[in-house]
Amino acid sequence: MTLKVDDLRISYRTLRGDVKAVDGVSFSIADGEIMGLAGESGCGKSTLGNSLIFLEGRMKHVGGAVELDGANLPIADYKAMNRHRLRDVSVVPQYAMSALNPTRKIGRMTSDLIKSRGTDYRKVLEEFKRRIDLVGLPQNVLNMYPFELSGGMRQRTTMVISTLLNPSLLIGDEITSALDVTTQRAVGEMLMEFRDRGFVKSMIVITHDLSVLAQIADSILVMYAGKLAEKASSGTIVDHPLHPYTQMLIGSLPEVGLRYDEAPLTGIPGRPPSLLNPPTGCRFRDRCPFAFDKCAEEPPFVELRPGHEVACWKAMDENSPVRTEPASQGASVSQGTSASQGTQS
Amino acid sequence: MSMLEIRDVSKVYRTGTFGGELKLVLRRVSFNIDRGEVVSLIGQSGSGKSTLGKIILRLSALSGGSINFEGTDISTWGKSQLRDYYRHVQGVFQDPFSSYNPLYKADRVFEMVRTVYFPKLHGQQWHNKIESALESVALNPGDVLNKFPHQLSGGQQQRLLIARALLLEVKLLVADEIISMLDASTRVDVLNLLVDLKRKGLGILFITHDLSLGNYISDKTVILRGGAIVEMGDTQKVFGNPQHSYTQSLLTAVPQLHRRWAGAGARAPAGVAANGAVGALAPALVAKRSVDDALFPDGEGARYSKSSLYPARTNGPQKPDHTVNITGPGPGLRPSLMDIPDQPWQRRFGFGAPKLAAVLAADNTQPLVECEPGHFVAVEDEL
Repeated sequence: MTLKVDDLRISYRTLRGDVKAVDGVSFSIADGEIMGLAGESGCGKSTLGNSLIFLEGRMKHVGGAVELDGANLPIADYKAMNRHRLRDVSVVPQYAMSALNPTRKIGRMTSDLIKSRGTDYRKVLEEFKRRIDLVGLPQNVLNMYPFELSGGMRQRTTMVISTLLNPSLLIGDEITSALDVTTQRAVGEMLMEFRDRGFVKSMIVITHDLSVLAQIADSILVMYAGKLAEKASSGTIVDHPLHPYTQMLIGSLPEVGLRYDEAPLTGIPGRPPSLLNPPTGCRFRDRCPFAFDKCAEEPPFVELRPGHEVACWKAMDENSPVRTEPASQGASVSQGTSASQGTQS
Repeated sequence: MSMLEIRDVSKVYRTGTFGGELKLVLRRVSFNIDRGEVVSLIGQSGSGKSTLGKIILRLSALSGGSINFEGTDISTWGKSQLRDYYRHVQGVFQDPFSSYNPLYKADRVFEMVRTVYFPKLHGQQWHNKIESALESVALNPGDVLNKFPHQLSGGQQQRLLIARALLLEVKLLVADEIISMLDASTRVDVLNLLVDLKRKGLGILFITHDLSLGNYISDKTVILRGGAIVEMGDTQKVFGNPQHSYTQSLLTAVPQLHRRWAGAGARAPAGVAANGAVGALAPALVAKRSVDDALFPDGEGARYSKSSLYPARTNGPQKPDHTVNITGPGPGLRPSLMDIPDQPWQRRFGFGAPKLAAVLAADNTQPLVECEPGHFVAVEDEL
């Protein structure tokens, strides 16, 4: 178990009060797992990612603990976190192309960065060059300024620098969102290769684009309005989502080969609630077509099927939660059929 | 006659230190947009797709070719004529938030249309007009009027901008990446709105890098690469039976929910088999090329430095031939647009740019070949 997040709460300080951007989030990531974090803008997914490496001044750690490789990660302590940044937790910024210092050569900039982490640059230089080769860049990029590289080359350079010290956790925040399809694919495949080669133990890939996650992620965590909605393997999320929000999110994605006159898509009406004073009960209630009386109560985030956790009363009614004792053969079959009917309807 | 006819449009940008280089970003692009037709223009970043949108909106001058709107060439129109043009042709852009002035309320965009185009409309008349425009984009006036831009969601902002275009007798909408910044849940609403407007007879140029969005909405597809069209035609033909290896590689790279990239490679041979010309191209190679293309987009745009255009200068004081005319159909260059004049200081410091006409003449883009009715493809170079 690389990462374990337990009941994490992060809020933003504003003049009108605290905006509870991450509100009681618990999950864990296994070794070698690429976890996708999906949701609409404003659902707290970027806040969650940022809080694991750099808590900005206006962000406040309200509660909860983070454990990385069995040791506590002091996310609220800016100075104590310095020891972990880049070495244990690293980040590929959203605009990786413009993340490089324009006034320093790539090699010099990396050297400064590595030294600031208390590591000898000469010791990692050999490995740095090897990885530059691996991603298909000439070694003399070390003697170049960022403006001498094309956008794609800068993106790759940033990814190599971010993972140079073999971090346990890499956070990629919207790294594929601004790219066109072919670059998206190249970056996605590079992420998987870094994981396979052991440069990075596990990753959180944050994006609103579920179809990219379906390509690269092992598991997908869907967030809605600061809370977890659903977590399962990426295949399960795509093919058999249980939460109505996930179902509608997937239903709103056009695929190649689909045309408006054959199968018109439907969006999700309404907007997410304000997180300044979030409503009680299920936060998706106002937009959910299946909402009923019980939704006024907040649904717990429970494991309904092995490895498939959902926070929804309706899903829970249709699939009784997994018990600690092994369920009988017949019960699991009937669960499966009722679930498939549920997703079709 | 089509509503909008784009004929051999070329565009040259001045780049490099002190503008000493010329870069050809559009190469003899020709296609038509009809009334009630959605044409999607698909290309990677740097392919020139947004430049073409700007040229159609006359936000950027064209270097060669012509644009005919309802039979009239608008490429040389001045300000007063353009005012009439904008009554019929409007644009909506990628980032909705930056289209508004954050200091003013969002509905100020309507007011600005009124001062220019409807100075005589006041009070209730004007209000009714706004309400009917908002109704056609499925917005509730109470939700969006009298609000600041930050109080509206991205989808609402984008729909408000479309409503602004609809206040005029708009016939063509240039939609430049209008949904790529929206969330999945709201982008479908804007997409479906475009479908509704198309059914009412609006022509739409839908510029995007996302093939699935282009396929969902468009009747015709134009695929642009390095400033030149590689393939165009009916959407079903282009997507169902892609002929150019570049189109095929783009299709394999699209992330899809139910098929992984690795498995997607199997799609290429089906398209390849239909066309013997690219039969030798293995799927792996297609994928490899797509990755290379993605990572070195600069390699695609033709870049003309002084040395490549003036090779003869070392042998003698030969000057490039300024009278070169583009061959093939369509009018030649207009004299007024032939040269970007060099600044005196540029000449003094030796930064004089190569002549625009020479750059355009050196463009050897071949006309497209019709491989089946309504489906055009560029001739591929030998590998």
